Amino acid sequence: MRKTLFESLTHAPLTEAPPSADDRAVAELAASLERSARRRLGRSLAIREVDAGSCNGCELEIQALNNAFYDLERFGLRFVASPRHADVLLVTGPVTKNMREALERTYRATPDPKWVVAIGDCAADGGVFSGSYAVSGGVGSVIPVDLHIRGCPPSPTAMLKGLIALLDAQKS
Amino acid sequence: MQALGDIVRGQQVDGHRPWPRLIVSTETWRAIVRAIAAGRAGLLGLWGDTDATPAVHMAVSGETADDITVASLECPDRTFPSVGALHPPAIRLERAIASLYGLRPAGAPDARPWLDLGFWEVQHPLGAPTPRPQGRSAYAFLPVEGESLHQIPVGPVHAGIIEPGHFRFTASGETVVRLEERLGYVHKGIESLMAGASIERAAKLAARTSGDTTVAYGIAFARAVEAAGGIEAPPRARYLRALMAELERLANHFGDIGAVCNDAAFSLMHAHCGVLRELVLRAADACFGHRLMMDRIVPGGVTTDLGSDGLTALTDLLRQIRRRFPSLIELYDDTASLQDRTVGTGIVRAGLAQQFGAGGYVGRASGRNVDARKTPGYPPYDRLDFDVPVLTDGDVNARVWIRIREVEQSLSLVDQLIGQLPAGPIATQLGKARGEGLAFAEGFRGDVLAWIRIDDDRVSRCHLRDPSWFHWPLLEAAIDGNIVADFPLCNKSFNCSYSGHDL
Repeated sequence: MRKTLFESLTHAPLTEAPPSADDRAVAELAASLERSARRRLGRSLAIREVDAGSCNGCELEIQALNNAFYDLERFGLRFVASPRHADVLLVTGPVTKNMREALERTYRATPDPKWVVAIGDCAADGGVFSGSYAVSGGVGSVIPVDLHIRGCPPSPTAMLKGLIALLDAQKS
Repeated sequence: MQALGDIVRGQQVDGHRPWPRLIVSTETWRAIVRAIAAGRAGLLGLWGDTDATPAVHMAVSGETADDITVASLECPDRTFPSVGALHPPAIRLERAIASLYGLRPAGAPDARPWLDLGFWEVQHPLGAPTPRPQGRSAYAFLPVEGESLHQIPVGPVHAGIIEPGHFRFTASGETVVRLEERLGYVHKGIESLMAGASIERAAKLAARTSGDTTVAYGIAFARAVEAAGGIEAPPRARYLRALMAELERLANHFGDIGAVCNDAAFSLMHAHCGVLRELVLRAADACFGHRLMMDRIVPGGVTTDLGSDGLTALTDLLRQIRRRFPSLIELYDDTASLQDRTVGTGIVRAGLAQQFGAGGYVGRASGRNVDARKTPGYPPYDRLDFDVPVLTDGDVNARVWIRIREVEQSLSLVDQLIGQLPAGPIATQLGKARGEGLAFAEGFRGDVLAWIRIDDDRVSRCHLRDPSWFHWPLLEAAIDGNIVADFPLCNKSFNCSYSGHDL
């Protein structure tokens, strides 16, 4: 173990330069952020991830945000275990009818001010699963959404851009 | 095991490939169930059908690699003799058939719904849908009796970045005396969306049944369609599919090895394995234009050819993994505090793994020498040289070691696949498709089953069975007698699919 730890002292970090904020995301956010909320939270956000029926593809790429290449925490963004500790809900999936109530309750358990980011194509409008008896059809059909990050699944870089836009919108 | 021909007799259905499908009598159905319960045949899948006469289908395996048959029992009165009554691994499959199709297993030991949590507007959505009666009744968890027991309900929203499901723990002090799972939260109705869909759209749905296994689902689905149409993908496509499958296995195994260690609070392994996983995904992106390789496998072949950039990325990937991974194996093996958590934790007894027909690392860590790449086998694996690692301890540690050994095998397979990659086209025309097909593909968790009926170029019915159907019940057994704090370790060492199970 010592060798592995020493090596990490001598090797350059793998972490990549941060991408710039996504212009479309900035535009979408401008409408939804209130100045007072920005002052209260500063440039640091706690994120609670909620899988509302995803195929697990988005979860894999969200997990990747924590790896050494993307290192989400350097932006002050971190994942928390409870919605009660969260400022942001990161929601994936087309919202299955079986998860709808759980999502609504998670939303209500998150203290204000809060933002909802819908991750992936099926979180936007149900995607390939729309029309099913078992699907509500997009996160926006259940709780208010502040930002959509599209993709199937969106790459970690695409998500990073969106989340940085969320931070920048608070700062300004 | 016994030759299936001795047990399964009936009227053969035309156009079911490559293995036969027989319409059997109730008596034969019962005889098959007895053979499975006695361990003379294996249960591969059990699903419903209401295309013509309501029916249940049971895929069974016999003594030899190629001895597979689908037995179909027509049930116009909407009941069939329960398989779960004699063979517990079938219980949840039957409960799902009852909830989705409204076909009742007569004599079943558990009549509670499965997948249907009471939120859909209709009952039996795949059979004869009827509006759901008003008012939702509470789900009856299995009773637990004893002094000083307490219950811990967990989920559906979990603490980590993982899929949703409900776990009901009953504990005596720190020791778990019963775990009961309740699943179905990510049920998307994939089978109903498949019915009537074009092959192209159905392939997209199959690829999103379990996102982490998108390649293996792609292969299983494509091979089922190709079997129904009586065609084969060209040689180069088969090699590229296998290449994607091995990359998928590598990525998931790296993720799992790191995640198991992380749940023992050993985050160093997690960080390093996370780097290896990311390198695999980047190589996959460079080769095929998508990090998870979604929608790259289609019936008839593959969509994306491997270019020289991709080859360079793969060579570089193999070099990096071979340089970094051995010291991580050493780190895992030499860290006593980590071994203290994984050795002897969450044991699955060999007999139970055998009874449940557990595939993948769950089966192989408990003595089962099974791998769909070998049995029944599919190209190009018949031309490749690889071992299937098997251990007998059945604990978390054994499931980690199976993954480590499989990583080594997959690296060798990627080498062989690149070295032998045949030239030629990467897809073939499907033509007018009509018929029924059954196929298996070995995903990182185990064998994925795909069954399809095609009518006039459209999917009439498609059933996909995730390996997790037979893993989830074993997780309940594995945690028995362990402490609550070891559940995350056990759970991660199984890494069952929620989405693949819930459909």
